[in-house]
Amino acid sequence: MTTASRLTRSRTRSAWMFLAPMLVVLLLVAAWPLARTIWFSFTDANLSDMAAAEFIGLANFEYLLTDPDWWQSVRNTLFFTVVSVSIETILGLGIALALNMHMPGRGILRTAVLIPWAIPTIVSAQMWAWMMNDVFGVLNELLILVGFIDQGIAWTANPSTALWAVIMVDVWKTTPFMALLILAGLQMLPSECYEAAKVDGVHPVEVFWKVTLPLLMPALLVAVIFRLLDALRIFDAIYVLTGNNQATMSMSVYARQQLVDFQDVGFGSAASTLLFLTIAIFTTVYLTLARVGSSEGDRA
Amino acid sequence: MLKLAMLTAAVGLLSTGAANAVTISISCGAVGAELEFCRDGAQAWAKQTGNEVEIVSTPNSATERLALYQQLLAAGSGDVDVFQIDVVWPGLLANHFLDLSGDFSADEIGAHFKPIIENNTIDGQLVAMPWFTDAGMLYYRTDLLEKHGAQPPKTWVELSQTAQKIQDAERAAGNDKMWGYVYQAKAYEGLTCNGLEWVDSFGGGQIVDADGKITIDNDQAVAALAWAASTVGTIAPEGVLNYTEEEARGVWQAGNAVFMRNWPYAWSLGQAEDSPIKDKIGVVALPAGEGGKSTGALGGWQLAVSKYSENPKEAVDLVRYLTSPTEQKRRAVEGAYNPTIASLYKDEDVVESAPFMGALYETFTNAVARPSRVTGGKYNQVSAEFFNTTHQVLSKQAQPADALAALAQKLDRLSRGGRW
Repeated sequence: MTTASRLTRSRTRSAWMFLAPMLVVLLLVAAWPLARTIWFSFTDANLSDMAAAEFIGLANFEYLLTDPDWWQSVRNTLFFTVVSVSIETILGLGIALALNMHMPGRGILRTAVLIPWAIPTIVSAQMWAWMMNDVFGVLNELLILVGFIDQGIAWTANPSTALWAVIMVDVWKTTPFMALLILAGLQMLPSECYEAAKVDGVHPVEVFWKVTLPLLMPALLVAVIFRLLDALRIFDAIYVLTGNNQATMSMSVYARQQLVDFQDVGFGSAASTLLFLTIAIFTTVYLTLARVGSSEGDRA
Repeated sequence: MLKLAMLTAAVGLLSTGAANAVTISISCGAVGAELEFCRDGAQAWAKQTGNEVEIVSTPNSATERLALYQQLLAAGSGDVDVFQIDVVWPGLLANHFLDLSGDFSADEIGAHFKPIIENNTIDGQLVAMPWFTDAGMLYYRTDLLEKHGAQPPKTWVELSQTAQKIQDAERAAGNDKMWGYVYQAKAYEGLTCNGLEWVDSFGGGQIVDADGKITIDNDQAVAALAWAASTVGTIAPEGVLNYTEEEARGVWQAGNAVFMRNWPYAWSLGQAEDSPIKDKIGVVALPAGEGGKSTGALGGWQLAVSKYSENPKEAVDLVRYLTSPTEQKRRAVEGAYNPTIASLYKDEDVVESAPFMGALYETFTNAVARPSRVTGGKYNQVSAEFFNTTHQVLSKQAQPADALAALAQKLDRLSRGGRW
């Protein structure tokens, strides 16, 4: 008994020893900047003279919560997140199902699908910006050729299409990521269930709803949470396509404008902190719901 | 004997040059052919002095360029010795730059336009030397105006009519990509310039007056923005709402626009050998508003030396070289960059290569300044509020009168009642 606990103790000790470098690095690169940002959010720090920062309590947050521009950016971010992640999940699922089938050239297809994901967002966003240009963009050219429209649409300029343009670019870029995560999940599924369904002569559509989807759920939930976290802090695609335009401004773009353009480190940090809190709340709620959902599934 | 002495002297010069050779890095804009001109000028200095230069190219959007500078300077980085800064930045960045008033003689300083020197003087310190000046102006297609029997417009309403007429006629003739008028209306600093020109040309003031009073909520400004909004989708492509200088020039230089509002740099590029519209370009002052006057936003770029530079002496020398009459003349003749030295506007070579410099001399000397001095460190917020409001009006998200009233309130809150 005593030997076992000594063994356990020494194992615990070595586990901590192995973890220590990682923890130190995490503290340095994640915890420290986060703590500093939160601290700045309670001050009136300004980039031109950081030493003169003074503690001003919750004043930054008060101002932020009464700023209509901030709420506009919150709405934009949530809209973008919900719409883009939904589309990416559905498309990704479809592509994953297709790639999971046995067909010639599957290996090449799987690699080819990843190309949009491999291109840096800045590059792909700029590429799309040119393709969506209202006068010389290839997208309008094609649509006019097909006869859908007779005058080029200013995709990124019109406030009613600008956010959709951003969503389109994001969907183009991150659907492959979703597809691959889901594909990995699909390949883990036990083949017995499918064989049984085949023997029973179940319709393929029913197989999808009754077998594939429930079994795939855990992998799907993980993929969705990855995308949600990413989408909530969207910055690059929006900034490249439409800059500081309020109609498409996300919470990250808002925080950056305050921090960098306006040099208002205190206020910008407050916005960053709220963004962090929003993501934290979103994640917690999502994970809780997912856990409740999956444990109910277990009982059933 | 004399030869030998000269040779020794030359060798001596060379060796001292080599021994003290330093590398100076300078940040240059890259709009149009700017980078090339900056590089050539800096290289010429390097060759002359035996030093080396490193060119740092920066983002095209002034807003982004400023952000980059602010990060570099706030970190106290000596990576860049000489900064090319916009006419509205001296107040924001003054803390990070050396006072040049001791390095340049009174004559050297006095040769430049006085308003720009004043603009660059913050708390008695000359933080930057003027390099080239800019004012918004109206480009027009001489061939198209002639073909359709039109004159360059004197007022904005005339511009609308002429643009509409030629656009319709050209499209009917099969040129269905033709637009009447392009300008810069992306939500960025350039829209502040365009917006200020409309407002000022209608007699609507300069957003914030010299005493800090917020003047933007007035009937003339409302009329100005209402006119501007009427162009979007009619004579201007809806895409202007996301155009900066280069996107507008893209449409213009491809021959797809009758009029363009832009800075002088677009002149020499449009007149280049490979330009489809070479020798079909005319330039006039921007039109006047109803009951207003013709105006142009004051732009232009200055050179400043970073306080964190490791070789300030050489950096100042590079600034002296680049802002000298010789170099400014070269840039004016070859690139149509407007000199900041008054005497160069009477130089024959300059006027011959860029005739508008002589003709628009008044526009350049009387350009309307953005309210950067009075609003100081808050200028960027003021500008962002103004360009966002203007963008909302142009994209028909808001009515001019409501939008400007809301803007005045926001600026009031920002300035704590006009106290800045």
